[in-house]
Amino acid sequence: MSIALEHVSYVYSPGTAYEKHALKDVSFEIPQGQFVGIIGHTGSGKSTLIQHLNGLVKATSGKVIYEGQNIYDEGYNMRALRSQVGLVFQYPEYQLFEVDVISDVCFGPKNQGLSQEECEKNAKEALELVGFPEKYYRQSPFELSGGQKRRVAIAGVLAMKPKVLILDEPTAGLDPKGRDEILDQVEKLHKETGMTVILVSHSMEDIARYVERIIVMNHGEKMLDGAPGEVFRHYKELEKVGLAAPQVTYVMHDLKERGFDVSPDATTIEEAAEEIMKSLRR
Amino acid sequence: MPTEMIHAEKLIYEYDKRDEEGNIIGAERAIDGVNIDVPQGSFVAILGHNGSGKSTLAKHMNAILVPTGGTMWVDGRDTKDPDELWNVRQTAGMVFQNPDNQIIGTVVEEDVGFGPENLGVPTDEIWQRVEESLKAVGMLDRRKDSPNKLSGGQKQRVAIAGVLAMEPKCIVLDEPTAMLDPNGRKEVIRAVEELRRKKNVTVILITHYMEEVIDADKVFVMDGGHIVMHGTPREIFSRVDELKSYRMDVPQVTMLAEALRKQGLDIPRGILRRDELVEALCRLR
Amino acid sequence: MIRDITIGQYYPAESRIHRLDPRVKIVCTLLFLVSLFIQNSLLGYVIATLFLGTVIRLSKVPLKYIVKGLKPIVILLLFTVVMNLFLTQSGETLVHFWIFTITEGGLRTSVFMAIRLMYLVAGSSIMTFTTSPNGLTDGMEKLLHPLNRLNVPVHEVAMMMSIALRFIPILLEETDKIMKAQQARGADFESGNIIQRAKAMVPILVPLFVSAFRRANDLAMAMESRCYHGGDGRTKMKPLRYKSRDRAAYILTLIYIVVIFVVGRFVPFKLWIF
Repeated sequence: MSIALEHVSYVYSPGTAYEKHALKDVSFEIPQGQFVGIIGHTGSGKSTLIQHLNGLVKATSGKVIYEGQNIYDEGYNMRALRSQVGLVFQYPEYQLFEVDVISDVCFGPKNQGLSQEECEKNAKEALELVGFPEKYYRQSPFELSGGQKRRVAIAGVLAMKPKVLILDEPTAGLDPKGRDEILDQVEKLHKETGMTVILVSHSMEDIARYVERIIVMNHGEKMLDGAPGEVFRHYKELEKVGLAAPQVTYVMHDLKERGFDVSPDATTIEEAAEEIMKSLRR
Repeated sequence: MPTEMIHAEKLIYEYDKRDEEGNIIGAERAIDGVNIDVPQGSFVAILGHNGSGKSTLAKHMNAILVPTGGTMWVDGRDTKDPDELWNVRQTAGMVFQNPDNQIIGTVVEEDVGFGPENLGVPTDEIWQRVEESLKAVGMLDRRKDSPNKLSGGQKQRVAIAGVLAMEPKCIVLDEPTAMLDPNGRKEVIRAVEELRRKKNVTVILITHYMEEVIDADKVFVMDGGHIVMHGTPREIFSRVDELKSYRMDVPQVTMLAEALRKQGLDIPRGILRRDELVEALCRLR
Repeated sequence: MIRDITIGQYYPAESRIHRLDPRVKIVCTLLFLVSLFIQNSLLGYVIATLFLGTVIRLSKVPLKYIVKGLKPIVILLLFTVVMNLFLTQSGETLVHFWIFTITEGGLRTSVFMAIRLMYLVAGSSIMTFTTSPNGLTDGMEKLLHPLNRLNVPVHEVAMMMSIALRFIPILLEETDKIMKAQQARGADFESGNIIQRAKAMVPILVPLFVSAFRRANDLAMAMESRCYHGGDGRTKMKPLRYKSRDRAAYILTLIYIVVIFVVGRFVPFKLWIF
């Protein structure tokens, strides 16, 4: 039970002047239930990468294996794959189109061929999962606030009951509280449903706080892959490719340099505070 | 007549609230009795969550919106006065959030020339201004490019150059970094800093990224159409819990300092930078 | 798919044709189009070919691009050829089978019509290939300026055109993104009959319209905040001024059109059926 890429490469407009290698020989396996973060600067290939996972983009070479089967096999049911591997795009509220919230969330289940009743049931469950208040179910999605619109859009994917949820920058453009609310909701969802969650984000602080594994992309290649503490240990290399570590990582490194007995692997405020307190007590 | 760059007194902005059929069912106040002073040459930041009224306030500084109550003066000009409209807009240039939706020209330099063209500046001078403005934001080498080929941060720098070419005394940036990645954000903030240093323009930055306001002379926090906090960044950031109650955040370093303080360490309030925290901790050893 | 359409696209290069004033290119293109219709002789077409060929050569636009631009009209082209071939009945009969008769006149008309059509498209695409969209709208604005007196909003129309040109690529990209997002929710755009397919477009079109309106709103605000207030009192960063090369181009085109007119009328030059 996993989703994996095997030596995936992707070339844009091959054979023309615009030819561009968006992905170069990328391989990894994500077991069911993992919370993974993908980081990389704009143009590093991360958007192309996640679109491979649900078959929206077909690799120029290599395989995508979902639950043991190559999705490029003849007769493979792509639409079924897309409901298993839910992908929430950046600014997903821009795809809302229905007259009310509930019908919009029903769009996915309806495409799966479910009955009206089942659609509504799944839609309601999904809206509940993202913490969307019930009194607005019949409102037009266009009249909601930015944060609420985004919840509806995420629910639209969750209503298909995916086993893997991919979120591309789910907090872009939200205010700090809105960012925390969405990510807390995603974390809760991950714990409650055991879903695999793949989070693409520019915020190292967010990534460090929520995920158990980080994949770093650079120029279409996988640069690093490991637990947050491990990955952010390479903060100097990350900086070279236009990324950074969370601020606390820098603080910990500075402290270590000044002779504090702290582990520089701390990546969240809680971990850092604990480390500092421990070293001061010694 | 007020002498400050921006001066607002008991500013109110009301709009009609409508039901589903479009009937007016009441009035909503996006701005409710705001007083604000921005001295010439200063750098002021306005913070607030989405829907707090900060963008509505910004639009008053450029006379895109005119107050329904109270008065807004820009460089001594009342924005309600229709005869002053173009003067106000030329005095306080505005940069918006979405980089794609504010670039008019199909070539970078033509976009920068758009403002001066509207002002009726002679051709030779337009070229001079375009060149200077693009140089000021470090985009001179892309002058012949199509804006569609630029990154988000570059587009915003072009937008800033477009405002600069109108030779304003004041630039209002309405969440210029909200749609950018961290590198784009840094680019834009660096460009703004550069302007302040070299051109001595008044800068009003509206944002919800706390890291961007550390260098501001003064910070205002808005909530529900009111100004709820104001002070230097250090004063503001030492009130972490209050900020959080307004859906705001503080830089991670400040949070860490606060967490340590709560555990009993003697660390001053309002830590903004990581070297400050490291120094404070070293003193404790 | 959409990217294959080359008509109306700009091919950036440094050439004599690129450097010409857009007004020259617009007027000369129109004259060239007229020249195709005021004559109908083999020699006339030879001269038109020479003229077009020289311009293409000077423009440094690869011939391949121009040929690619002809692709969308292939069906129209075939249709005209076939219609003219069988429906024009004049002169000697060349071939006759079943109910079809091909005559000398039919062959002549169909070949000439095909050439005219191709030159028409090639001629106008050379104009768009060598003139930036902004140059084109500027040129139009200036040429149509006299219409202002008849209360035609020439400046506004030109401004609208140039904004449309800027936003086409953005909206295309956006369409692609929305399509993918809806596909991720299981939407199917490829199967079903016409009605089903049309219905499947709703989840794309509604968001696209909403977004286009939002962009239009933002843009209007951005333009106003930069003191845009219509064409009055506006100066130009790149005003159009005729230079000597522009006058030369006008003169050459005029010579061409006179020659082709005279040749078409008065020079008897016949080769076999032509």
